[in-house]
Amino acid sequence: MSFLEYRLKAAPTGLRKLWHMDWALLLVITAIAGIGWLMLYSIAGGDFDLWAKPQMVRFGAGFALLIFVALMPIWSWELMAWPAYLVGMLLLLFVEFFGMVGMGAQRWIDLGYIVLQPSELMKVALIMALASYYDWLDDARVSRPLWVFLPILVIIAPTVLVLMQPNLGTSVMLVAVGGAVMLAAGVSLWYFAAVIGGVGGTVFAILFSEGTPWQLLHDYQYRRIHTFLDPAADPLGAGYNIIQAKIALGSGGWSGKGFMQGTQSRLNFLPEKHTDFIFTTYGEEFGYAGAIFLLILYALVLIFCITAAVRNKDRFSQLLIIGVAVNFFLYIAVNLSMVMGMAPVVGVPLPLLSYGGSATLVILIAFGLVQSAIIHRPR
Amino acid sequence: MARNPRNIDEAAARVSRRALLLSGGMVAMFAALGSRMHSLGVTDADQYRLLAEENRVSIRLLPPARGRILDRNGKLVAGNEQNYRVVITKEGARKADGGIDAVLERLCQLIPLTPSDVVAAKTELERQRAFVQVAVAERLSWKDFSKIAINSPSLPGVSPEVGLSRTYPLDHDFSHIIGYVGPVSDKDLEGIDNPDPLLMIPRFQIGKIGTEKWMETSLRGKSGTLSVEVNAVGRVMRELGRKEGIPGADLRLTVDADIQNFVQARLGTESAACVVMDVNNGDLIAAVSSPGFDPNLFVRGISQENYAALLENDHRPLANKVVQGTYPPGSTFKMVTAMAALKAGAVDPETRVTCPGYYESGGRKFHCWRAGGHGTVDLERALTESCDVYFYDIAQRVGIDKIAEMGRSLGLGVKHDLPMSAIAEGNMPDKEWKSRVHKKEWRIGDTINAAIGQGYVLTSPLQLAVMTSRIASGRAVLPRLIKTINEVETPIAPAPPLDLGIDQLQAVHRGMFAVVNGDHGTARASRVADATMLMCGKTGTAQVRNISAAERETGVVKNDNLPWEQRDHALFVGFAPAEAPRYAVAVVVEHGGGGSAVAAPIARDALLAALTGGVPPLTAYPVEQQTRMQSLFEALVLRPPSRPAITKT
Repeated sequence: MSFLEYRLKAAPTGLRKLWHMDWALLLVITAIAGIGWLMLYSIAGGDFDLWAKPQMVRFGAGFALLIFVALMPIWSWELMAWPAYLVGMLLLLFVEFFGMVGMGAQRWIDLGYIVLQPSELMKVALIMALASYYDWLDDARVSRPLWVFLPILVIIAPTVLVLMQPNLGTSVMLVAVGGAVMLAAGVSLWYFAAVIGGVGGTVFAILFSEGTPWQLLHDYQYRRIHTFLDPAADPLGAGYNIIQAKIALGSGGWSGKGFMQGTQSRLNFLPEKHTDFIFTTYGEEFGYAGAIFLLILYALVLIFCITAAVRNKDRFSQLLIIGVAVNFFLYIAVNLSMVMGMAPVVGVPLPLLSYGGSATLVILIAFGLVQSAIIHRPR
Repeated sequence: MARNPRNIDEAAARVSRRALLLSGGMVAMFAALGSRMHSLGVTDADQYRLLAEENRVSIRLLPPARGRILDRNGKLVAGNEQNYRVVITKEGARKADGGIDAVLERLCQLIPLTPSDVVAAKTELERQRAFVQVAVAERLSWKDFSKIAINSPSLPGVSPEVGLSRTYPLDHDFSHIIGYVGPVSDKDLEGIDNPDPLLMIPRFQIGKIGTEKWMETSLRGKSGTLSVEVNAVGRVMRELGRKEGIPGADLRLTVDADIQNFVQARLGTESAACVVMDVNNGDLIAAVSSPGFDPNLFVRGISQENYAALLENDHRPLANKVVQGTYPPGSTFKMVTAMAALKAGAVDPETRVTCPGYYESGGRKFHCWRAGGHGTVDLERALTESCDVYFYDIAQRVGIDKIAEMGRSLGLGVKHDLPMSAIAEGNMPDKEWKSRVHKKEWRIGDTINAAIGQGYVLTSPLQLAVMTSRIASGRAVLPRLIKTINEVETPIAPAPPLDLGIDQLQAVHRGMFAVVNGDHGTARASRVADATMLMCGKTGTAQVRNISAAERETGVVKNDNLPWEQRDHALFVGFAPAEAPRYAVAVVVEHGGGGSAVAAPIARDALLAALTGGVPPLTAYPVEQQTRMQSLFEALVLRPPSRPAITKT
């Protein structure tokens, strides 16, 4: 392997690895999670045990996993990239046939102790697989059609399975994350221009197909699209959530109504306020200033990651870090544009804030991989 | 495969460039998110803050207590009583073993509930949100109410509550004057441009008829508001603020409840009306329409059979005959004819007319009520003995238009403004009226009929009372029903003097005095013995059927031999004391027979009651009548006389 030839001896060993971790990144992640616990406590009306405590326990477990993943050498993770991808595919097939049905979609496997969402795991596995692929692939071939077609297949396979659940939000994120890794790997920009043109055409086709016998999406997805385009048309039905979310965010004003003082949240006008819509309560109680503060924290995470990717000379590590960063960014972008009424409601949590085990664990594992790449970077 | 370090550096640099490209996209997205947050939380914050407040705050109306209605001495006529009711909520009841059904079943064992009550409550519970209170039973007795309170542990979701509802303690006595309240209907809201939000409260009670209706704005008061914080499903979380409303104004009527009660009892089962009016300020001391009905039935929701019984009764208990009933005034109109002729100078009090028992005009014979005639009569005798021919004659001399003008100036054919329902205008015909309404010319026979209050002339008992008051006082007094609003005296309408000479008025008074007190007076049987309360008056008997020439020849059929609805109306108008008139009275007994026999005794009792403030003393009656009066009064079912005036609480 290329890495072994490249000044392996310079990588730290033993507990010295901890010293080489990016502690600033971990600090910011913990700070964001801390805001999440505060909000879960507030949303539960001052009940610590309802959501805040389980979420802290999960974060603790996830943080331990993060450290474990970080201490493992990055080349061992590269070896596990394809096996992880295969396991992810098997799990997706498993939920397709045996998964739990929740909210109209098959998304979960109940392991008794924890409810697993394979599509979340698949995102990380996909990033690893693609990063490994481009580490293996000769630079000169990156933009050759055959070698572009193969990673597209790797992306499409899990995407189709996730779309069948059906889970539009995660499907879009899988495609976007995969595409971002390909872009970072140096695939010619013409391919992306072609894909964007194709997607634009498809969107047009999807909207045009509504009501025809060859309708491409479920009715509920169309309703969400229409709700997004004109929420006021159905203020008590489909548009209610978005309208109430905007009222909550807007009524917070500059500095918010104060901790635990959000009326929209406390009086239950907000939907899903401890999961996907947690930002609405945060915005209501801490206002514009609070929202910008949170955006800065998120931006710091992304800046630390991109910096780490740029400073790393190992191709797998670079692509992995960029993939994880883009994935993290997509969570934020999709969730926030959703709750602020800029995008359809697609059920994507706000990373590290929303209540939920699967997403938090997967995000922390992904950051474990980033830390491993930082610790074991070639020197 | 192996790579040389130079390739690695190149590849890493390319990844870094692409990473920066991606970062550019991320920065753009963050900028978009930040600016969206800015537009929500800063630019449009005020608008969203308002929307959040609208979400959160719900304004509830606090209905004010309805104003009370009192009699002139402060006796309660219409008030608000505590209404013990039972309400139930779905969220509470379904916690019970067996759920809502079991709770309602247990409730049935405790208080009297009909199966339809239970079904209605269940339907309402289905419809409403879990925390909304649904009324199961209203107007419970204190005993039943306590049973619910004691058994509340076994009745989850059920709570006893106290509300206010309208009550009329003097039930029948004031039913026609004050009317009753009922839940607001769509019909009530019609034609109101900007209705009081109170009217939008389901089952809010408003005046439906009578004073309750016409004084609604004063009685209702102004609503208060309660602002509460509600959650997304509308449950009240806490009270934010309370602004008390203004209770409705208390009204004091001019009517004296004791006298009203006495007159009501005195009219008994007759279909009749009696008005007692203060001749100086127009106060209505009593305004009784008989038979009455119990307005409380309407407040509580009258049953179909009770309502049908009221509608089918041929004595029309729902009609307020005082203002609504119009009758030919008969001979009680003769003062109008006389005063018109006196004022016009067509006759003077000493003018004599010969009555042969009929009056001939245009080849037609108009009969006097006394077939043999009265001989030579002047005004006093014409009134005393009610000679028709005298009035035929003087009416011909003065003409109908002058008579109608006098009638209107005495308040006939005029709609008097009182807060009562269905006030009739009556009819005071003249030539213009007949050509307008009947498209026919006025004929001599019309004048002759009108001269004795028959034909086209129609008057209500109220109008007769106004007429009598004006004759007695010589001033154009107007009737008044509301004495005070919130203890502020309502203005008494100015009563300008009638345009009549004092001697002319006195001539009419003399005639009316002799009607009651003269040896040949038609109402001599109803004279007063007490010299301080002597009565003046005039009897009237109004035909309700035509007497044919054939019947006149074979002898007029006696009233007692006719079916009730064909008998004559008995009328009497009068005032007392004769020396210094204080009260006027008008009595109409529908199909009662003769005015002297039926209406005059009632009028005397009513006047004496008004003058003495209760059941008249027997000493006021002629000695030979005292035993009869005593037994008559003893047979009356009266309320205990009111205590000294109740002060406003």
